[in-house]
Amino acid sequence: MTSFSPGFHGRPRALADRLPPGQYPTESFPVLSAGPTPRVPTETWTFTVTTETGATRSWTWDEMMALPQQETVHDIHCVTRWSKFDTHWRGVPLTAFLDDVETAADHVVAEAHGGYTTNLPLEDVLDGRAWVAHTYDGYPLSPEHGGPARLLVPHLYFWKSAKWVSGLRLTVEDEPGFWESVGYHNYGDPWREQRNWGD
Amino acid sequence: MAAHWFGARLVERRAQTATGRTLVLDIPGWPGHLPGQHVDVRLTADDGYQAVRSYSLAAPTDGERVELGVQAVRDGEVSPYLADVLPTGARVELRGPLGQWFVWRTGQSGPVLLVAGGSGVVPVTAMLRAHRAARSDSAFSLLYSVRDPDEIWYREELAAPDDRLDVRVLYTRRAPRGEVRPPGRIAAADLGPAQAGPGTVYVCGPTGFVESVADLLVGLGRPAADIRTERFG
Repeated sequence: MTSFSPGFHGRPRALADRLPPGQYPTESFPVLSAGPTPRVPTETWTFTVTTETGATRSWTWDEMMALPQQETVHDIHCVTRWSKFDTHWRGVPLTAFLDDVETAADHVVAEAHGGYTTNLPLEDVLDGRAWVAHTYDGYPLSPEHGGPARLLVPHLYFWKSAKWVSGLRLTVEDEPGFWESVGYHNYGDPWREQRNWGD
Repeated sequence: MAAHWFGARLVERRAQTATGRTLVLDIPGWPGHLPGQHVDVRLTADDGYQAVRSYSLAAPTDGERVELGVQAVRDGEVSPYLADVLPTGARVELRGPLGQWFVWRTGQSGPVLLVAGGSGVVPVTAMLRAHRAARSDSAFSLLYSVRDPDEIWYREELAAPDDRLDVRVLYTRRAPRGEVRPPGRIAAADLGPAQAGPGTVYVCGPTGFVESVADLLVGLGRPAADIRTERFG
């Protein structure tokens, strides 16, 4: 008998092994954004990789779409506590943008239209663990979910999967991004429940 | 600090609407919070199973006493329990305060427009209460969209005359007798030229509402950087 919340029973204990601690499963696709949804036309869309020395390389929408594409299926976990199983995406693995880049950096800052940023260790976006995703469930990704293209880094809380992504900036020092500067955890591993500063 | 779970005792529950509740809790050791912040509430079943959801704080810091707004969601796992089952005097676990973005700071100058849909009024109410308590000079206005008059939270408080707070309720389905504006979703005219001035806008409500309001504000020329949003559902 717990001393808290008497009479609370909760839902059937299913899916426990697929659900990180403190999450609940949802069928819908809720939205977390700090401000208005930017409208980014594919005609002017670019994706730019900037190294720590300032060297840049950019791709237009058509160039990005001409790169080898992957279909990928993941469970995703939002820090606001919903998890969604078996989400279907199509996009370009980040290695395709980073393989030819000369860098000594250990970190990346993902940048987005509208000014949003989020920081990740470089190794977390290599080796098929992160994508630029443009298609969700067979349809072009809608603006409120980050379309025309967002980052997809499913092994971290979903705020790391920057919506409206515009590029990656390689950095020698770790630079906290937008949510990481206003209370969210710097790394954001859902299985270690790294939600907030101090977790 | 953020990782610490407090024991919180329910001292009072008040109905705001048919499904909306104010929960007043005492939290020994509560460090205080900023208007607009939220908390995580954790429930534990007898077999150790736990469920956690986030709820907004509805009032500024008041010692170890906090006020939450809970909208019971049909078939929800946590909200119906908090709204109608948790006995007064019983405890839940709670952690926070959380969120450093959707907040209003007392020292913040400049006019503020609050736009709330449904129970999205809870965190912005913490802001307007803090504004009132601080006797802040910055102009505050609230646009509050509800389905019908029965869905209004904090009814008497929001209706009370206050020359530093301008409140306007917008009805989407059914308006009270005497209301000139026909029922309908919030539109550019509601956010009109008077609302297009400088200052920060806080928008909170269901996703569709927040998307629509933020788009309208950008269309009226409000800089995106001045618009802060919080969504649920």
